[in-house]
Amino acid sequence: MNPALWAAKTGLDAQQTRMTVTANNLANVNTNGFKKGRAVFEDLLYQNVKQPGGNTSQDTLAPSGLTLGTGVKVVATERTYTEGSLLQTGNSLDLAVQGRGFFQILLPDGTLGYTRDGAFQMSPQGQLVTSSGYVVQPGISIPQGAQNVTIGQDGVVSVQQAGQSAPTQVGTLQLVDFINPAGLQPRGENILTETAASGPAQTGTPGLNGLGTLSSGALESSNVNVVEELVNMIETQRAYEMNSKAISTTDQMLQYVNNNL
Amino acid sequence: MDKLLYIAMSGAKETMLAQTANNHNLANASTTGFRADLSAFQSRAVAGPGFASRVYATDATTGWDATNGAQVSTGNDLDLAIQGDGFLAVQGTDGREAYTRAGNLHVDPNGQLLTGTGDPVLGDGGPISVPPYTSLTVAADGTISIVPLGQSAATTATVGRIKLVNPDKSLVERGTDGLFRLSTGADAEPDANVRVASGALESSNVNTADAMVNMIELARHFDLQVKAMHTAEEDANSATQLLRMG
Repeated sequence: MNPALWAAKTGLDAQQTRMTVTANNLANVNTNGFKKGRAVFEDLLYQNVKQPGGNTSQDTLAPSGLTLGTGVKVVATERTYTEGSLLQTGNSLDLAVQGRGFFQILLPDGTLGYTRDGAFQMSPQGQLVTSSGYVVQPGISIPQGAQNVTIGQDGVVSVQQAGQSAPTQVGTLQLVDFINPAGLQPRGENILTETAASGPAQTGTPGLNGLGTLSSGALESSNVNVVEELVNMIETQRAYEMNSKAISTTDQMLQYVNNNL
Repeated sequence: MDKLLYIAMSGAKETMLAQTANNHNLANASTTGFRADLSAFQSRAVAGPGFASRVYATDATTGWDATNGAQVSTGNDLDLAIQGDGFLAVQGTDGREAYTRAGNLHVDPNGQLLTGTGDPVLGDGGPISVPPYTSLTVAADGTISIVPLGQSAATTATVGRIKLVNPDKSLVERGTDGLFRLSTGADAEPDANVRVASGALESSNVNTADAMVNMIELARHFDLQVKAMHTAEEDANSATQLLRMG
């Protein structure tokens, strides 16, 4: 069928995908530790209809040919790892990472997941878990009867037990980092998993080797900028309209042929 | 058969091709660093006996629009927007040096600096690789410096300088993969005057209002050609009728 129709159709598809990404960003404007995505567009292959430099006579060459593009495609949805603002919650089990790094989570299937969402809670067994109930790695068990829990900048978890004057250390939280965090695969529940593109996880102590420090009693909010997303939405809608206009115009051209010949 | 029909037919066909190029521009109205395709009609006379009225129109790509797109701030360290004219040098899939204005870069797990479409970014001495880092800065002249992983913020290391070029635009042509190359086949010389801004991207330079008007114009032009074909058909009909009477 007509290439003009198909080029415009790829435009509609791409803008639709961009709208999906924008809608997802907007929906997650209040999700802890959420990192906004963005659709990366690339122009599709070009077709040489007439080769530039072809002979127009024995001694002359065509100075220009005809190269037609075939539209656009979405190559990736990339995540932007700028830091969201920190919200003070006062809850000692709420943790925010200031700087690079992710918390490690043991997923039900035995593999590890990574998250920036530090809204942790305690399981009935006294373990530190995420809101979905997945155990934070390395596992931290809070003994029964603990009066309060303190988590230091470097991840050291200590508890104050009734009748004791000195706090007891119960474990140390670690953070992991990736060469290319944008390559992590989101799998829902604020959890990301390792891929070949992200590189292997490098575990370390918070505050050392370029990892961020922990801030207890605070949460990292979503890094979605609502105004930016609304502007994106307007741009997407207008581009969508123009591409659909291009389809209807091409359609009318073809219709005119059918009606008049 | 009268050649009028063929001339009108080729006009309609080429107008449809021009509409394809225009739709391609519109489809890329939000592609980072995209440069609009320019096309124009050229006349091709066909020499033959009789009155010289056999001039066909052909559509040709005359180049690309060199105006600069708008700068969109993203806040991402590895998003680069070229200020003014110039290109980033990348290695195309054919191994040759190619040029692009799309500066949405990323580092792959092997530490290689790639564009959004996965082409290695070239420095003054070949593809640039970036060791693990805590923070990364791209200076206005394309120099990349990092704070290596595990070092204090006082330790910075320079890992390379992105090759920025600004060749004569008349020599730069777009390949079928959407990257630009020099038509001479040579590599462009680095230009120290090209400036990049980190944390911003350049949007597509497609002027959507222009493209919409162009679309309407092409559609009407197409209608005219079809009308001419219709007239050719009516002429032929009249001639047939006249002959039948005689």
